[in-house]
Amino acid sequence: MRAHDRRALGVLCILGVVAAVSCVCFMVLGVKAGWGFILTFRGTKLLALVVVAYSIAVSTVLFQTVTNNRILTPSIMGFDALFVLIQTLVVFFLGSVALVSVDPVPKFLAEVVVMTAFAAVLFRWLFLGAERSLHLMVLVGIVFGILFRNLSAFMARLLDPNEQVSLQDALFASFNQIDATLLWVSCVIVAAVSLLGLRLVRRLDVLMLGRAQAVSLGVDYRRTVAMILAVVAVLVAVSTALVGPITFFGLLVVSLAHLMVGSGRHVWVLPASVLLGIICLVGGQTVLERVFAFNTALAIVIEFLGGLMFIALLMKGAARR
Amino acid sequence: MIVIEGLRKAYGSTPVVDGVSLRIPASGITSIIGPNGAGKSTLLSIMARLMEADGGTVIVDELDVTRTKTDLLARRLSILRQENHISSRLTVRDLVGFGRYPHSKGRLTPEDAGHIDRAIDYLHLGDLADRFLDELSGGQRQRAHIAMVLCQDTDYVLLDEPLNNLDMRHARGMMQLLRRAADELGKTIVLVMHDINFASWYSDGIVAMKAGRVVHHGAPDAIIRPEVLSAIYDMPIAVQDVAGKRIALYYE
Repeated sequence: MRAHDRRALGVLCILGVVAAVSCVCFMVLGVKAGWGFILTFRGTKLLALVVVAYSIAVSTVLFQTVTNNRILTPSIMGFDALFVLIQTLVVFFLGSVALVSVDPVPKFLAEVVVMTAFAAVLFRWLFLGAERSLHLMVLVGIVFGILFRNLSAFMARLLDPNEQVSLQDALFASFNQIDATLLWVSCVIVAAVSLLGLRLVRRLDVLMLGRAQAVSLGVDYRRTVAMILAVVAVLVAVSTALVGPITFFGLLVVSLAHLMVGSGRHVWVLPASVLLGIICLVGGQTVLERVFAFNTALAIVIEFLGGLMFIALLMKGAARR
Repeated sequence: MIVIEGLRKAYGSTPVVDGVSLRIPASGITSIIGPNGAGKSTLLSIMARLMEADGGTVIVDELDVTRTKTDLLARRLSILRQENHISSRLTVRDLVGFGRYPHSKGRLTPEDAGHIDRAIDYLHLGDLADRFLDELSGGQRQRAHIAMVLCQDTDYVLLDEPLNNLDMRHARGMMQLLRRAADELGKTIVLVMHDINFASWYSDGIVAMKAGRVVHHGAPDAIIRPEVLSAIYDMPIAVQDVAGKRIALYYE
């Protein structure tokens, strides 16, 4: 085994241990009620955090591989913005009662389908173009993101203040109110998509070389990229629908993973990102809730750190040029 | 043999490749020369199915490149383009190993490891094999990419300016290596070249392009002539015989 691989494996082991410790701490620290209650209550929350960490980490890695960049993430493509728009549209046309009273499972599935369909339309349209279409796609994504955000902001202004409050509630990333039924549906979806993704895993490394080299090495580029982007779309949809939009989380964990693992190969980066995601969410939530007894949303802390990382990456990129 | 018939490609209304028909014989080195914007790289990209032509066909050993399954073609034909941007960190050995992807689909066998080691040796990358690409100089990176393409072990190898970034020693080494691959292994190598003297010295055939068309195709003796070169490059070019090869002088 080569030195780089040994280092990467070491990092993975350490991350695995830290992630496991985070999960155990999350479950057992400061238990006051009976175990039966705690296990279901905290267990559900833990599972949700793990699913979200997994979805965001994997989708970000795949997206960055396909677009051959290390700064942009799926949220740049206007995904979370679309989620916000869907929620706003529901409140706007059906009232906040609808947001609460509609059966959550079909609503959730509908959201996932709409977001995936949106991605599919965007890609099909863009793949008719020529070489640089992925850059074009990212640009289009930004434009869509702005459009969706402004559209939602505009509609929110027209809302009754009470309705707006309940909308705000639904939109803020929150790890405290997660619907247990949604969680099971999410687990099934994520597992199914991951099985599909497993078949693509060997092609991912080749895609890092860029379109031309991947084609030259015999990868069916269009099909592979379309499939990967579909996987990304579903994963983002699931995580956003579960806890709401968190813009910089994916960027934060994937950049850290690259930094720690050294090698960019997916065998190392994918698990490292997922473990870091779990550490960030589960560990962060444990520290905030139990150690500091804060009830602040963890999302705010993560966004802050992720934002700093984003700026650092931009500065580094600018310095290189 | 590569047979190209009536190939056309335009960006917007500007034709870049304008009705190119060409037969490139199997086994040997063919260099494509011509001024900037002559359509050399575009032609190479279309030949390797990286770009779609607006019309015409490219047939490599009876296989139509646009209709053949891409993974089958990857075992027959490889290409390296000029710009190779990789956003993630990979070691030289990782990169060279990708050359085996068409054969083993990512699961490296002991046989693949042998190919990888040989390719690394050929390009004198032994000391750098476990370094990351972003720690290397431009020339070293170029050699790593070429090692990957050689590792792919295809009958047809297309290289877009393989001497880019290489110093004199490595440029000569590269051409000697390609010459050996053509002579000993019977590979068909097509190069886009800017250094016409390297092209003259090492090629079996030279294709001269200008404004999207093939204006000359023949042995170096027939192309490296003052009147031919001057017309292609729009400037006076003198030619001298040196050690039985033709050398163009265009420095003054």
